[in-house]
Amino acid sequence: MVTEKDVEHIAELADIDIDKDELVTFTHQFNAILEYFDVLDRVHGKDAITRDLSNVMREDQVEPSLPQEEVLRNAAAQEDGFIKAPRVM
Amino acid sequence: MAENEITFEPDDRYNAFLTVCNRVSHGKGKLAGITVAVKDNISTKNIETTCASKILKGYVPPYDAHVVELIKKEGAAIVGKTNLDEFGMGTTTENSAFGPTLNPCDTTRVPGGSSGGSAAAIASGMVRMALGTDTGGSIRCPSAFCGIVGLKPTYGRVSRYGLIAYANSLEQIGPMARTVSDVSLLMQVIAGYDRRDSTSYNKPYTHTPKADIKGLKIGIPNEYFGEGVDPKVANVVKDALTQLEHLGATTVPCSIPSMEYALAAYYVICTSEASSNLARFDGVRYGPAADTKKSWHDSYQEVRRAGFGTEVRRRIMLGTFALSSGYYGKYYAKAQIARENVRKDFARIFSEVDVIVGPTMPTIAFKLGEKSDPLSMYLADILTVPVNLAGIPAISLPCGKVAGMPVGIQIMGKPFDDERVIDVAFAYEQAVK
Amino acid sequence: MMTNKEIIVGLEVHCQLNTKSKLFCGCSTDYRSDNPNTHVCPVCLGLPGAMPVLNKKAIEYTIRVAKALNCTVIKESEFSRKNYFYPDLDKAYQITQYDKPLAEKGELEIESDEGREKRVSITRVHVEEDPGRLVHMGNPERGRYSLVDYNRAGIPLIEIVTDPDMRSPKEARKFLNKLRATLEYLGVFDSEKEGSLRVDANISIKGSERVEVKNITSYKGVEKALTFEVTRQKNLLRRGLKVDRETRHFVEARGITQSARSKEQEHDYRYFPEPDLRPLHVQSWVDAIPLPELPDARRSRFMTQYACSINHARTLTGELRIANFYEKVVAPDPANLNSIAATWVADILIGELNYRNMSVDSIDAKSFTELLQLLKKGIITDKNGVELLRIMLDQQLNKQPCETPQAIVTRLNLAKTASDSNALSKIIYDVISENPKAVEDYKNGKNGALNFLVGQAMKKTRGRSDPGELNRMIVEKLKNREE
Repeated sequence: MVTEKDVEHIAELADIDIDKDELVTFTHQFNAILEYFDVLDRVHGKDAITRDLSNVMREDQVEPSLPQEEVLRNAAAQEDGFIKAPRVM
Repeated sequence: MAENEITFEPDDRYNAFLTVCNRVSHGKGKLAGITVAVKDNISTKNIETTCASKILKGYVPPYDAHVVELIKKEGAAIVGKTNLDEFGMGTTTENSAFGPTLNPCDTTRVPGGSSGGSAAAIASGMVRMALGTDTGGSIRCPSAFCGIVGLKPTYGRVSRYGLIAYANSLEQIGPMARTVSDVSLLMQVIAGYDRRDSTSYNKPYTHTPKADIKGLKIGIPNEYFGEGVDPKVANVVKDALTQLEHLGATTVPCSIPSMEYALAAYYVICTSEASSNLARFDGVRYGPAADTKKSWHDSYQEVRRAGFGTEVRRRIMLGTFALSSGYYGKYYAKAQIARENVRKDFARIFSEVDVIVGPTMPTIAFKLGEKSDPLSMYLADILTVPVNLAGIPAISLPCGKVAGMPVGIQIMGKPFDDERVIDVAFAYEQAVK
Repeated sequence: MMTNKEIIVGLEVHCQLNTKSKLFCGCSTDYRSDNPNTHVCPVCLGLPGAMPVLNKKAIEYTIRVAKALNCTVIKESEFSRKNYFYPDLDKAYQITQYDKPLAEKGELEIESDEGREKRVSITRVHVEEDPGRLVHMGNPERGRYSLVDYNRAGIPLIEIVTDPDMRSPKEARKFLNKLRATLEYLGVFDSEKEGSLRVDANISIKGSERVEVKNITSYKGVEKALTFEVTRQKNLLRRGLKVDRETRHFVEARGITQSARSKEQEHDYRYFPEPDLRPLHVQSWVDAIPLPELPDARRSRFMTQYACSINHARTLTGELRIANFYEKVVAPDPANLNSIAATWVADILIGELNYRNMSVDSIDAKSFTELLQLLKKGIITDKNGVELLRIMLDQQLNKQPCETPQAIVTRLNLAKTASDSNALSKIIYDVISENPKAVEDYKNGKNGALNFLVGQAMKKTRGRSDPGELNRMIVEKLKNREE
């Protein structure tokens, strides 16, 4: 069972802003979904993921970077070649 | 490169396209002049790529995805970007920020998803081929619902470089077309090693489909014909299996016990990866402007609230929960073990059979708006997600109709046995032609 | 009583590895003098769809470090995502290593506060990517915002975590110096690059809660931050208060630590394996990766090969550049130069360089050898040798044309006045006749008077004479006058 308080906490962790109506709906839906997920409690076995590929690496070679205008092209706000962002804190 | 130009002015009454390129130049090669649509979660240089999300509205990638480079090199005419469920999160293409795509076979029904735009563009005849992506069935489901052919290749056979990630460990780009031959042709062009994708294998696909399946052993998993599967759909697929037997194949019953929890494992893994993948959309480097007058935290929440649809936010939250401290062991870690068990089940069956066959979807295409509850929507993926968990190849192709709507047969193969999957599909297609 | 309680310090050290390209893409790491956002590509800008590809050299370098620190390289290691949201973190997660680091369980030997050899245990060594750089702008009236430069995003970092084995801020500093030297000897790190080192320190007074101090970016800063913390924590305990378990930030400019906001302390990073990268199986590389001579070995060699004292050897080998410089300086004539070079490099040059905030790389070894030869041949006095060195360094610092030592000696007439020259005899004659009072005092047995006379003579030779020589000549002269 997850409570509205739990869902609020998850929203905070995920930095997803939800309103009161959504909180009620999401809590209801999460309970149904998580109840379904409980089937995983019956899973047994070792976590030995078979990944046949390993040591995938490249040589230390410099390759061209993007031109600065390409880097800034999709950024909504810029200043002197920097990308503008809201201030933390 | 000799350049030719084509004009593309489709009557897109199904909302298959998010972007249409009216005049397209193309070069020579295996795909010379062939119209190809690209799902809008695959990066195209200088063409807006939105993932059907408001959060990427206006985003113009400065680079081409590896597959886009490859099809351009072979002369394809990329005529547009197709609609999808936002970031690939859905089974109907209703979760697009830019409106749903309609099923060309019946416009009151969904085309399936998430590559619904690509499937509709092919089924309606607007393009000959399209690229889709398949995380939990997103190529095969719309192929089945729209009556076309779609291949989910073996994981690692097609580079994901440039595919905007939803669930990295599960998804593959794959070819979609009206015929198995066209699917095979497009696969020839897009498969192969790419040093920019560390999960890529050096396994090019150079195959030409062969219709001979004499002596083929087919596994029939009882889970694909049991509870939750529309008996009418199951019967159409059983008829198709009889057809395959006439062509010289033998069938043996088998079982995939891990399917009990495969869907749960799938949703835990894909939402976990998605919660991390989608955190970068903060309105700073691309996407709608972050409000720099606000604090970082407030602006971040605001951009995501305005930019993501409900299903995306729901999945981000589910994934965040599955990874959070205290729950990681119960969900994410368990899902990885479940995944390994699914892989083992397939390996065991494949030690005795060449391919496994069943329906692609448990039902025909839903009515628009029919599936409003998220869990019931998730449950519709039950027959497609095991393939993604195991990383194996699978194709869906039309095998008949129920209530006038197409039904898809799903042929699953061993890892890197995409060629065999294509051959079985080709043999069936040629026989019923 | 409280003041005697044991101090417990553990460090997490992050150093930039000096590969040519970034950790997961081909962008150049040589960004410091370039414009913002000119060393970025889809991968390190976190553009949707871009994928990381691991730089092999970064793994080789990390194994080199692990080997030098006697760590065990783990059979299977992997990368994980550390999820947190910050504008300089392009993908909103940092690719790092979590439960399967590249190497663990090693040690590094330092000199303890008591002067004994002491081993600091290394908990783990792993590789991760650096985030971009933020510049904070604006003011409360006109609004605040940040500017982001992603040139640094994706630079490979090595993180070295120690057990809580250090017992004072000074020991922490010594550990850091030794670690720096080791990394530089290994050729994987350049401490002179701005911002190439960052340290987080855990510090507690035995029996009390542990405090994590973040954001220390200099070698001196570590000792400062920890000294501040020791005092702060001891004061709390002395007043009967308790130390809170918390994260604090070091404010370098003010030399203090400040409590981080509580929000920052309850991070849930939701680590999970990076699905776009494959695991590493590199244990078998360890044997094939050669180790160069390390600081301890070089110190011993300096003591045997150049007859350096233990202190000189320690100082000279404590930094790779200094050790290399010393060997270059003595190379033309080791037998004659090793001793004078040890003194002049360890006791004089390093101080002069630090005073000017200069690197030893900015001084030409050949010129320094020439300076030593001028001293050795008795052409200039020690005093003028220092003068000469300062001129050489200042010319370099002020980007003036650099003269050879000989040219400076000639131009400024710094050569020693020969003891048998008439000029020197004349000077001594003058000093004696101009200072009858001092001569009188000397005769009456006042030793200070002789020093005064020598000083007067030094003044007249403008430092070009050896004070011992002058002393001897004045005593001789006065003795002659008596007879």
